[in-house]
Amino acid sequence: MPKRKDIKKILIIGSGPIVIGQACEFDYSGTQAIKALKKEGYKVVLANSNPATIMTDPEFADATYIEPLIPEVLERIIEKERPDALLPTLGGQTGLNLAVKLYEMGILEKYNVELIGAKVDAIRRGEDRKLFKETMAKIGLDLPKSGFAYSLDEAINVAKEVGFPLIIRPSFTLGGTGSKIVFNEEEFVESAKNALQSSMISEILIEEYLNGWKEYELEVMRDCKDNCVIVCTIENFDPMGVHTGDSITVAPAQTLTNKEYQRMRDMAFKCIRAVGVETGGSNIQFAVHPETGRIVIIEMNPRVSRSSALASKATGFPIAKIAALLAVGYTLDEIPNDITKKTPACFEPTIDYVVVKIPKFAFEKFRPVSKDGKKDYSYQILGSQMKSIGEVMAIGRTFKEALQKALRGLEIGRSGLDTETIIEQSINFNEEKKQELFKNIEFKLRNPCRERIFNIKYALMLGKKIEEIYELSGIDKWFINQIKEIVDFEKEVLNLKNKKDTKEFVKTINDAKSYGFSDKQLAKLLSTTEDKIVQFRIKNCIIPNYKVVDTCAAEFESYTPYFYSTYDGVLSKNNFSILKKNDFISCFNESLDYHKNKDKVIVLGSGPNRIGQGIEFDYCCVHAVMSIREEGLEAIMVNCNPETVSTDYDTADKLYFEPITFEDVYNIYKTEEEIAKKTKTKLLGLILQFGGQTPLNISKKLKSYGVKVLGTQPECIALAEDRELFAKVLKKLKLPYPEHGYARSYKEALKIVQQIGYPVIVRPSYVLGGRAMEVIYDEHSLKEYLSELFDNSTITKDTSDVVIIDKFLEDAVELDVDAVCDGKDIFIAGIMEHIEAAGVHSGDSACVIPPISLTTQQINVVYKYVGSLSKELKVKGLMNLQLAIKDGVIYVLEVNPRASRTVPYVSKSIGLPIAKVATKVMLGYKIKDLLEKYNFSQEKILNIGYYTVKEVVLPFQKFADVDIVLSPEMRSTGEVMGIDKTFPLAYAKSQFAAGSNIPINGKILFSLNDKDKQKGLKIAKEFYTLGFQLVATAGTAEFFVKHGIECQKVNKLSEGRPNIVDIISNQEVQLVINTPTGKGKSFSDGFLIRRTATINNIPIITTLEAAKSVIESIKELKKSYNVVNQKLSFEILPLQKWFKTKI
Amino acid sequence: MYNTNAMLMLETGVYFKGKIFGHIGETSGEVIFNTGLVGYEEILTDPSYKGQIVVMTYPHIGNYGITYYDFESIEPQVEGFVVSEFSKICSNWQAKHNIEFLFKKYKIVGLENVDTRALTKYIRTKGAMRGIISTETDLKKLYEKVQKVPSIIGQDLVKKVTCKEVYEPFKQKSKDDIITFALTKNPFVDVEERKPEYNVVVVDCGCKYNILRWLKKVGCNLIVVPADTSFEKILSFSPDGVFFSNGPGDPEGVPYVFKTLEKLISYSINNKKYLPIFGICLGCQMMGLAFGGKTYKLKFGHHGINHPVKNFETQKIEITSQNHNFAVEIEEIEGKFYVKGNKELVVTHINLNDYSCEGIEHKSLPIFSVQYHPESAPGPNDSKYLFEKFVKLMEKAKNAKT
Repeated sequence: MPKRKDIKKILIIGSGPIVIGQACEFDYSGTQAIKALKKEGYKVVLANSNPATIMTDPEFADATYIEPLIPEVLERIIEKERPDALLPTLGGQTGLNLAVKLYEMGILEKYNVELIGAKVDAIRRGEDRKLFKETMAKIGLDLPKSGFAYSLDEAINVAKEVGFPLIIRPSFTLGGTGSKIVFNEEEFVESAKNALQSSMISEILIEEYLNGWKEYELEVMRDCKDNCVIVCTIENFDPMGVHTGDSITVAPAQTLTNKEYQRMRDMAFKCIRAVGVETGGSNIQFAVHPETGRIVIIEMNPRVSRSSALASKATGFPIAKIAALLAVGYTLDEIPNDITKKTPACFEPTIDYVVVKIPKFAFEKFRPVSKDGKKDYSYQILGSQMKSIGEVMAIGRTFKEALQKALRGLEIGRSGLDTETIIEQSINFNEEKKQELFKNIEFKLRNPCRERIFNIKYALMLGKKIEEIYELSGIDKWFINQIKEIVDFEKEVLNLKNKKDTKEFVKTINDAKSYGFSDKQLAKLLSTTEDKIVQFRIKNCIIPNYKVVDTCAAEFESYTPYFYSTYDGVLSKNNFSILKKNDFISCFNESLDYHKNKDKVIVLGSGPNRIGQGIEFDYCCVHAVMSIREEGLEAIMVNCNPETVSTDYDTADKLYFEPITFEDVYNIYKTEEEIAKKTKTKLLGLILQFGGQTPLNISKKLKSYGVKVLGTQPECIALAEDRELFAKVLKKLKLPYPEHGYARSYKEALKIVQQIGYPVIVRPSYVLGGRAMEVIYDEHSLKEYLSELFDNSTITKDTSDVVIIDKFLEDAVELDVDAVCDGKDIFIAGIMEHIEAAGVHSGDSACVIPPISLTTQQINVVYKYVGSLSKELKVKGLMNLQLAIKDGVIYVLEVNPRASRTVPYVSKSIGLPIAKVATKVMLGYKIKDLLEKYNFSQEKILNIGYYTVKEVVLPFQKFADVDIVLSPEMRSTGEVMGIDKTFPLAYAKSQFAAGSNIPINGKILFSLNDKDKQKGLKIAKEFYTLGFQLVATAGTAEFFVKHGIECQKVNKLSEGRPNIVDIISNQEVQLVINTPTGKGKSFSDGFLIRRTATINNIPIITTLEAAKSVIESIKELKKSYNVVNQKLSFEILPLQKWFKTKI
Repeated sequence: MYNTNAMLMLETGVYFKGKIFGHIGETSGEVIFNTGLVGYEEILTDPSYKGQIVVMTYPHIGNYGITYYDFESIEPQVEGFVVSEFSKICSNWQAKHNIEFLFKKYKIVGLENVDTRALTKYIRTKGAMRGIISTETDLKKLYEKVQKVPSIIGQDLVKKVTCKEVYEPFKQKSKDDIITFALTKNPFVDVEERKPEYNVVVVDCGCKYNILRWLKKVGCNLIVVPADTSFEKILSFSPDGVFFSNGPGDPEGVPYVFKTLEKLISYSINNKKYLPIFGICLGCQMMGLAFGGKTYKLKFGHHGINHPVKNFETQKIEITSQNHNFAVEIEEIEGKFYVKGNKELVVTHINLNDYSCEGIEHKSLPIFSVQYHPESAPGPNDSKYLFEKFVKLMEKAKNAKT
C-alpha cells in the first residue's frame, strides 16, 4: 500500500531527559523517524524537553518544541500546530504514556489527531500487565503463574496461590521501577506496598519467579497488511532475574534449536497480532526452562525500545526508520533494504557474527547511607529493577572475540576478560585465604553483579567445573564453555614465553587475537609492553580484517559502510590462491573497497554512556560528522555505544563499530591510511575533542605513534587537566584561582588546610579513587574523609597519587563558559550562570543563559580570560571554562580545552551549532568568516532576547537509601531545557520538564539547617505572602513565628507521630525545602525527609538559591493561572521561531 | 588447534586453510553456502544437499548439539561441512550428542577455523563451484584433484537418496531406530493431528521427513515410493493425491521423474479424473519441466531461512526456508507471471530478492507446487497453509467423484 495522503502533519513525542532505562536510544529512533517522514514529504512537529538530542536540532523537524513533556503543554502544541496524527511509539515509555494520557483526556479527539503506529487499545494490551496476560491466555500462549492485586490484602492472597519465590511488578512504570523478587512473606509485604505506590494505577502483578530460566528477546516488525518479520533474536547471558537492561546480552540467540526458535517466532507473531500493534516494531520477551524447554511469554513493548536500538545496530536493520514508514501506510515489501538496495525490507536479517552488549554501572556514585556503619554490597546486586546507566556493544566473528572487545570498550579499567592481581597471587595463598577467595567468587556467581563475568573466569582458572558454575549462576553452559576456551587459550599464550620468533608464535598470537585478546592483555601475559606487541603484530601483518554488517551474511552485495574488526581470516588474506594473486583480497578486509575518493577525517566517539559523559558528547560527534561532510570530506566515525545517533550507519560516510582504545583506533587509522594511499587521497587526521574523556585518554599515545590530531593538541589538553601544571599557567597569566594544595598524607593535608582555611573542597586523584569530591568544613570531617583513602592504599611517590585540596568559595556565583577559538580570535558562545552556588558539581547544577546577575564589566573580564587562556593553551576548537565570582573577583576553577557537556544546551540556546563551527575551525576556517557565514556576532549572543534554563534529572528513585543532596560529585543522568521570555518562566518550565511540579498553592514543609535559618526567613516570608501554608519542625517553626510568619509545627522523628515523614508520605505537603546539615551520611531526619519526598515524587529543594528561583517562578505562573479549570497555561513557541526573535 | 590441518580447495585454485573436524578424510562436491542461524541438524540430514559441501555463514555451529528428533532423513547427507567454529560442547535439554560424535559416527568431514564470510563472498561473486576438502598439503596436486570432481549439472543425484522400496512411513516399524525416533518423536508445532482420510503417494526424490510429518498431520495416509516408480504403479495404490518431493541436484538429471509426472497429468486430463498433485522444490522443477517449461541454474542458489516470498493471491509476504540451485524459467506477460512457454501454468509465488519463481499452479487442474520449503525444517512456519491447500484439493476431487 502506498503512503497515506490524508495525513500531512505528524506529531512525534520524544522521551525527554536521559534517565536510567531511557537513554539516547530514543534520540536515535526519533531522529531516524523524523528524517524518514520528512523525506516522504510530511510535516513533522516534535516535542522533547531534552536539548542534548540530535532530534531537537532545528533543521530536523518543521517545528521543534523544547518544552516540558506534560499533557498541558502537549495540548497547547496540538492546539497550535493541529497535527493530523501522533506517532507515539518512538519516544520510549514517556512518549507512549503521554499519548495514552492525551487520549484519555479527550485531547486527541478534540483536535482530531489520529494515533498511528499503535492505537490506545493496543498500547493498553501491551503495557497493562493484566490485559496483556488475559490477551495472551486467550490465544493459548503459555505464561508464568500469576495474579493481580490492587491492595495489600489481595496481594497476600495471590502470593499464597503463586508460591515463593515470586516477583512483584507494578503496572505502567519505566525500566522496571518497583519490581522486586521476594523469597518470603515478610519481604513480600514491604515490597508489595512500595510497588502498589509506584504504579500509576496502583496495580501490581505477582508472578511465579522464573529463576534461572533462559531469557530471550525477539524484535518483531509488522505492517498494515499483517506481514510480520523478526529482525533479531537476543539471548540473555544472565538468566531470568536480572533486568534485561542490566544483563549481558548476545545476538543472535545461541542455544535454541531450530524448532524451539520457530515456536518462539510463531508465539511472537501471535502476540503482536493479538495485542494489535498495527504497524511498527515491538520487543517481545520469552523465558525458556533450561531442562524442559517450556517457553513462556514474559512481556512485550508495543513500541521501539532500548532492545530495538540494540537490534538495529546489531543487524543493520533500521527499525525506527522502517517503523515510521510503516506507520504512514507503507508495507514491508515496498520499502527497500538500504543496505542491499536491491532487496526489500520484508526479510529477516541474518548475521554472520556475534554481538555482545554489556551494561555499564555507576554504583560508586550511589552508595547508600549505611544504617549501621557497615559496608553493604547488596545495592550492587542486580535484580529486576534496572540500574545500569549505559552500555557498550561489540561485534566479533565469535562470542569470545565480541565479549573481550566489549569488555575493553566498557572503560572499567579492564583490557578484556583479564585477571585481577589477587587471583594471580592466589597460588601462594594459604588454605584459609583460598577458602575466603572461593567464598567470595561463589557469592558473585550466585548473585548477579557487574563482576560476575570475571568471576566465572576466576572460578574456571581455580579449577571449578562448568557444571558447578552453571549450578551456581544458571548461566548457560555454552557461554561458560566459551569463557573456558578463553581461559584455556591463556595458557597457550603463557606457553609462548619460551618460543619467541617461531612460526608457532605468530600463529598463536593471531589466534589469540581472534579470541579477542587485546594487545594489553597479551603484553601482560607475556610480561612485555603493549608497544612491543603492537610492533610485533605490524611486523607480522597481524592487522585485523574489517567486515561489513550487511543484514544478509554476505549473500547479497551491500552498500552500507558499517564495519567491525575481526582477526578471522587474517592469516589467509595474503595467501589464498595457487593461481595468480587476484583482487579478491577484499573478501577478507572488506573495508579496503569502501571509500569515497575524498580526503578523510576520523571522529572518535565517547563510548558507553556514564554519568558526566553521555548523549551531549554524542551530539557533538554527530555535529562534527555533519560538519565534515558539509565540507565535502569523508567523515569516518568510531564508536561502540549502540544507543547513539553517531552509530547509525547513515550518520557518517563510514562507521567503525569498535571500542575506543588505542589499539582499536590505531588499527583503524592504519587501514584508512592504507586506503588513502591506494586512492591518492589524504587522511587529514583524527578529531578527539568531541568524545569527552574517552578519546583524550588515548590521545597522547596516538600522537606518539604518528597519528595526526586535528584541533587543540593532546599535550595542551593534558596541560589543562593536570592541576599542578595548570596552576602554573594561571599564575603566569595572573588569573585568580582558589588557593589549593596537594596532599599525599593526612599530615600534609592538615598543613594545607591550616594555610588556606576552611571550608575546603577535596577530591582524590583518579589513582586513589573510591571517594567522591566533598566540601569540608572542619577537621573532624577532613579526618574522616581522608582516613579511608590513606589507610587503604599504599602511598607512592606517583604525582597523580594525591588528594587535591582547594579553598572552597562559599556562596560564590558559578559560571560555565563555552567558547570557540581558532588560534587568533575567540567567540564566546555561551555564558551560563549557575542557579546553585559553587559547591554543586557543574553537571548537577541548573543554569541560565544569558547570565542574570553579571555586569557588562564582568562579562568583559570573562572575555579577557578566555582570550589569554586560549592563546596560552593554543586552543583550536572548543574550550570550556568554569569560573566563580566571589566578592567581585572572578576565579578560574577549571578549564577544559575540548567540548563540554553544555555544548548542545548552548547551541540550542543561541541557535548556532557550535560543535559544527568548532569542527570547521579545526579544518582551517577562521571564526570571523564562520560567524559571517552563519550571520552571527558576539553581541547577538549576549542579547538573545529570551532565557533558557538547563535543569538536571537525578536517578535517586532507582537507588534506595542514597541521599539526594547535591554535592561536588556529579550524579545526574540527563538534562532538560526550559525556554521563555523571562527567567522565572524559563525556570518554571525547566522544573516541570524535570518532573518537579512546582505548586502554586498549598503547603510547604521547611526544614533548614541553623546556618540557613536567617536567609531562609526571607524566603519563607515570600512563600507566606504568596498564600502558602508553612509547616516546619519545632526549631524552624518557632523561629518563623518569632519573626511574624505563621507556621504549623510538626513532629521530628523522635517526637512521636504523625511526624515529618508521615506528612510527606501522606502527600500533605506540595513542596519540601530542606537544606542539609552536615553531609547527610546517617539516617538523619534530613535524609529521611529527602528520601521520602523523592519516593513520593514531591518536589524537593535543597538549596536556598533554587528556592529563590522557585518563588520567582511561582509569581509568574500565578499570573497565567486559570482559576476556573485550575490549569496553568503555558506560552509555547518552537525553537525555529525563538531563533528568529527580534532583539 | 587440536585437530589436523586441512583445507578447502575450490576449482578456481582459491583455497581456505582450516582444521579437520569429525571424520578425518577427503571429500568433494559443489560448494554452496547456507545463511541460516539455526537448523544445522536439519541441513546436515537434508537429502537435497547430496553432492554438496555446505558452508555455514553463521560462525558458531553445534551449540545445541544433535537431538535426532530433527533428522530430516535417515543419516547425514552433505558431502562436507565448513564452518568458522564447531562447538565443542552442546547445551540444550534435547541434545543427545555433540556434533563431533555425529560427524565421527557418520564419517562426515568437517572443516573449521575458516573465514566463512570471505569464502561466502567469494562464492557469491564467482558462483557455486566444485571444491574439495583434504589434508593434502601439496597445493598443485589438490588443484588437479578438484578439477576432476564431477559437475553437478546433468547428474542424477536422486538415485542416491531415494528409498529403495515402497514403504509406509508411520505404519511399519522401521529397522532403524532413528527413523522411528525422528519421524514419530519429533516435538511438533502446536497443531492437532487429523485422522488419516486421504491416500497420498509420495514420490521420494530425497524427501525430507518434515514433509511426511506434515502430510500426516493434515490427514494423509502415506505411501512412499522410489523416484523411478512408474506411473502405473503409482496409480495402482489408487491415490487421492500424489506428492513430488524435494531432492538434490539438477532437475534435468532425472528425466524419469518428470516423465512420470507428465504421464500422470495426461492420464488425469484424458480420463477427467482430476488427481491433485503437489510438489515441493525439485517437485516444483519437475512440474515446470513436465509442462514443457525450462529450468536454469542459479548463480549460487538459495540456501537459507529468511527469503521473502510474495504470494500473489493474498498479496502477503511469507518468510521462507529455501534450498535449491535450480529454478523454473518464467516470463511476464501483461503484468502477470507465467512459466515460460506455458500460459496454463501461473506463477503464484515470487522471490522478492531476485524475482525468481517460487510457486506455480495450473489454471484449471488441481496441480500446484512451490520452489521453497513450506515444511521448513529448518525455517519459519509461515507457509504451512500449502499442506492444507493440498488436502482441500483432494477433498474437492473426492467429492466430485462421489
